[in-house]
Amino acid sequence: MKTGDPSEKDVAIEDPNAPEVVLGATAGGGGAGAAAQEDIPNPIAGTFDGVDPTPGSPKPDEILVAKNVVRRFGGLTAVDVDEVRIQRGAITALIGPNGAGKTTFFNLLTGFDDPDEGDVSLNGNSINGVASHKLAARGMVRTFQLTKSLAKMSVMDNMLLGAGDQRGEKLSFSLLRGSWRKQESEVRARAEELLERFSMTHMADEYAATLSGGQRKLLEMARALMAKPSLILLDEPMAGVNPALVQSLLGHVEALRDEGVSVLFVEHDMDVIMGISDWIVVLAEGSVIAEGTPDQVSSNPRVIDAYLGTEDGGASSDGRQGRDSE
Amino acid sequence: MGIDWGIIIQQFFSQGVGINAMVFAMAAIGLNIHFGYTGLLNFGHVGFMAAGAYGVGMTVFWLDQSLWLGVLVGLLLPTIMALILGIPTLRLRADYLGITTIAASEALRIFVRWRGNQERTGSSGGINDFADEFFEFNIFTRPGTETYDFAPGGLTIFQFRANDLWVLLIGWTLVAFFLLLTWQLMRSPWGRALKSIREDEDAARALGKNAYAYKLQALVLGGVIGGVAGMLQVISRQAVQPDTFNPVITFLIWTILIIGGVGKVASPVAGSMIYWALISGLITFMRELIGTDLSDELETFLNLSVLNVDQLRFVIFGGALMLLMWFRPQGVFGNREEMALEDR
Amino acid sequence: MWQVTRRAKSTPPPQRVAPPKLLVGIWLIIIALVGLASPALAQDDAGQSVITTLRYEGEDGEDVFVSGAVITVEGVGEGVSDESGMIAVPVPEAGEYAVTIDVATLPDGISLRSADRTMVTALVEDGQDRRILFALQSEAGAAASAAEGSGIGRRLAQLTAEGLKQGLYLAMASIGLSLIYGTTGLVNFAHAEMVTWGGLATYFFNFYGLAGVAGFLAPLPGPFGDGVNLVFAVVLGMIAGGALGFLLDRVLFRTLRRQGVSLIAQMVITIGLSIVMRYLFLYFFGGGPRSFRDFSAQQALQLGPVQLVPKDIIAMSISIGVLLMIGVLLTRTQMGKAMRAVSDNRDLAESSGIDVQRVISTVWIFGAAAAALGGAFFALDQAKWDFGFRILLLIFSAVTLGGLGTAYGALLGALVIGLVINLSTLVIDAELKNMVALLVMVLVLMFRPQGLLGRAERIG
Repeated sequence: MKTGDPSEKDVAIEDPNAPEVVLGATAGGGGAGAAAQEDIPNPIAGTFDGVDPTPGSPKPDEILVAKNVVRRFGGLTAVDVDEVRIQRGAITALIGPNGAGKTTFFNLLTGFDDPDEGDVSLNGNSINGVASHKLAARGMVRTFQLTKSLAKMSVMDNMLLGAGDQRGEKLSFSLLRGSWRKQESEVRARAEELLERFSMTHMADEYAATLSGGQRKLLEMARALMAKPSLILLDEPMAGVNPALVQSLLGHVEALRDEGVSVLFVEHDMDVIMGISDWIVVLAEGSVIAEGTPDQVSSNPRVIDAYLGTEDGGASSDGRQGRDSE
Repeated sequence: MGIDWGIIIQQFFSQGVGINAMVFAMAAIGLNIHFGYTGLLNFGHVGFMAAGAYGVGMTVFWLDQSLWLGVLVGLLLPTIMALILGIPTLRLRADYLGITTIAASEALRIFVRWRGNQERTGSSGGINDFADEFFEFNIFTRPGTETYDFAPGGLTIFQFRANDLWVLLIGWTLVAFFLLLTWQLMRSPWGRALKSIREDEDAARALGKNAYAYKLQALVLGGVIGGVAGMLQVISRQAVQPDTFNPVITFLIWTILIIGGVGKVASPVAGSMIYWALISGLITFMRELIGTDLSDELETFLNLSVLNVDQLRFVIFGGALMLLMWFRPQGVFGNREEMALEDR
Repeated sequence: MWQVTRRAKSTPPPQRVAPPKLLVGIWLIIIALVGLASPALAQDDAGQSVITTLRYEGEDGEDVFVSGAVITVEGVGEGVSDESGMIAVPVPEAGEYAVTIDVATLPDGISLRSADRTMVTALVEDGQDRRILFALQSEAGAAASAAEGSGIGRRLAQLTAEGLKQGLYLAMASIGLSLIYGTTGLVNFAHAEMVTWGGLATYFFNFYGLAGVAGFLAPLPGPFGDGVNLVFAVVLGMIAGGALGFLLDRVLFRTLRRQGVSLIAQMVITIGLSIVMRYLFLYFFGGGPRSFRDFSAQQALQLGPVQLVPKDIIAMSISIGVLLMIGVLLTRTQMGKAMRAVSDNRDLAESSGIDVQRVISTVWIFGAAAAALGGAFFALDQAKWDFGFRILLLIFSAVTLGGLGTAYGALLGALVIGLVINLSTLVIDAELKNMVALLVMVLVLMFRPQGLLGRAERIG
């Protein structure tokens, strides 16, 4: 669980708006994490105490804000979100029944799809129309529901690709080994560190295609961390992962928060969400119908109507069984 | 009349390292950068060869400039062509580039053979005898020496004309240079980013790679290498003929690349040598066969005669392209497991 | 993006869609229509000659026959035209003959409509007379046509008609490509060879008939059949096209789909197939251009400002009929609806009980038959081993313009491409008109990559 200090500093550099209190907690959390993960106090405990549990409510320190985001496919409106504000440094879960538009919304947030209307801003700066590949440099990295490990490349190459702003990735410098050799070895050292943290060091030279589904999820998460993000968006990180690995993945997600990285993730599995999330946003039929802490959401009648109370409540645990068996 | 095995053996070896083998190895290096490393479906590679060939030919013929300036133009035109084709299509799904490139290569051929271009491109007659400057430097030119033979024990294995030998020397040297270039590029972080786009463009973008820019760079680079191959081809023949740049040539390059194994540095050279040695040996064998007493039977049962024996070469490589892509996409030497990874 | 793989899925056995009775019925009607379009021509079995009739249009539009003009059949001899303008030069055996007209022997003021066409190649088959045409004009006619030529309205009308003709044939050649793409995701580069196949098969039946098939299959120097009238040959050619489509899908592409071969690999395989087919055509058919035995030298009809030969008028009418019926098939029959459902969303269609393999098989059969019919119509002008490949650029432009995967898009795109490239000859050299199609395609890809009728989401 050890995280190098450089990465934390870099988070701070990437993200000058980050409040002192979070950074302080991060340093402490990181140290404690090295000893025993379970004992870390939630660094943002109490942050949501004064937050109104209604859709679009303002947060004390917002990293990502989406307003009036609409996406239509033909005559069908897939997403129509009035307002969503994501708290920095917290784990926010985006849940909703199948077909609620979660992944579409994710694509809109990350520039993989363009909204017909609306406005998304990251750290207060609008990212409308910003090409998806530029968002990584701004501190936002995503993963995919169907893992996109680069199958015919080694695990190590996958990791190395995650690092941003590499000089050797420019055609003009690529042949001048001397110009990027030093940076390459730094990136490699960082990749080795992350692989060790995710217990994948022994697989570094394997083709990514040889990994199991859960290992690929881990790889994708580790790879995303190579970019030193301040916000990481995970699209169903637990789908298709066997139960043993789920706990490990959850541990990694919590550790991210403890280091000050904001996490937004989509998930089906209610047990997972309740245990790990600091805040939950509920999407149904393309709109946000509720927000709140896990306790608030699970007792919200609208949510129970739309999601928990209907057949989907049962389906979620069934769904988990199905996925685990893969 | 019997079969002359000597000529078959000579054709097998001489063509295996001959000008065609060299030109197509080089063209396939360009295609390997496109398809093998970046995943670009370039179905109009012959258009890049034509752009290089006409660049050098037209500079001499139309503009009346030196061949060496022509070589620079021959590098410039494929670059422009890559940009024109790539800018609109590289943002789209892969097959759109395929459709556009095959159409563009054919349109280019129609344009250069247009009679209105008589004074620029020589129209359908093409441009002839424009490369004397290149052969002035031929170190193999000796009075009284027509061909260079390598015939251990009386069996001629290699036989090349002096001018061809000169082209071969320069050509294979350039092939070696491009191989080295590819090798260096593909083990750099740039090459790594390129391969990530081949594997999954969305993942590359999520990791901050500007996939569009990388694809455009790869298209230009591979296109220019194709252009150099085109230049060498027409210089060796001292003739730029529009119908040399038939779209089917593109797919011969594909076949060669797949024979060698897509996405490996040396595969273009291996594939080209194997193809040209085998096909030349085979066609020569069939020509010899037609020359024997069997000729009547061949014509009756197989419709085979000296008139159409050369057409078989296309049938054979087209069939090879189908079967290799189906059963051995990893190439003749590749290992199957590596290819199976892709399907997971 | 290039490893998009569609694996064969182990879904529960899909329920069968109702047999496409209406489909078969309508197809039979089409065949009957084609069959009724013209009566059979009588055959003459004794010897063979090259025949031509020399005539021009008089001042009142009547035919004036030229007597005393000389034509030379290379290696055979000369012939002189009689009062009815007729010349018949008997030739000893089947073969290709170069026939030259001696312009000096034409009466004063009479010239060839295109001055450089003094030589015509006549392909003579055993026992069959070969009719060729030298188009002549009087001075007055030349002046009139020059005046017409400069009349932009008249030229516009003529080019529009030519464009419509090419567009209609192109639509039939393209629609299968688009449907196959829509249902399987495969861009079939061998589609152009299906077009060629239609033209060549029609040619084969026209000259050798069904008995010719047996003669061809038995590799012995045996007698070929006598050939059938072009009208029936077209029907047979279309059936041959459908049969080829069926076989290709059954033998090759179904296996590839089942094995989960990636679409990119499948596409490269179609390229190999295209090369094999094209060069087998060349190998067996030879490189020269051929014309059908019937209707090869027709006088153009004057329809208002437009001149068209009767065979093209008939073929255009049939094309319109066939395309309308394809439209009806797609909207009204259960199979047509299933096709569109599969195009729309394959997985959804499969899970809602549509037999996807059957739909794909049907699409291949009908797409290939339509391509073959288009090929036969293109070949009314001339059949050559690679004529389909020569229009591949136009086919791709048409389907891209209309929207890859949409049937109506291919239709619309083909008509637009036909019109655009023909009308473009008002401003550019006719030799370059096919390049305009590429330009259209690049513009479409830049500004509306999904095509006119496609949906944006398909592009990904």
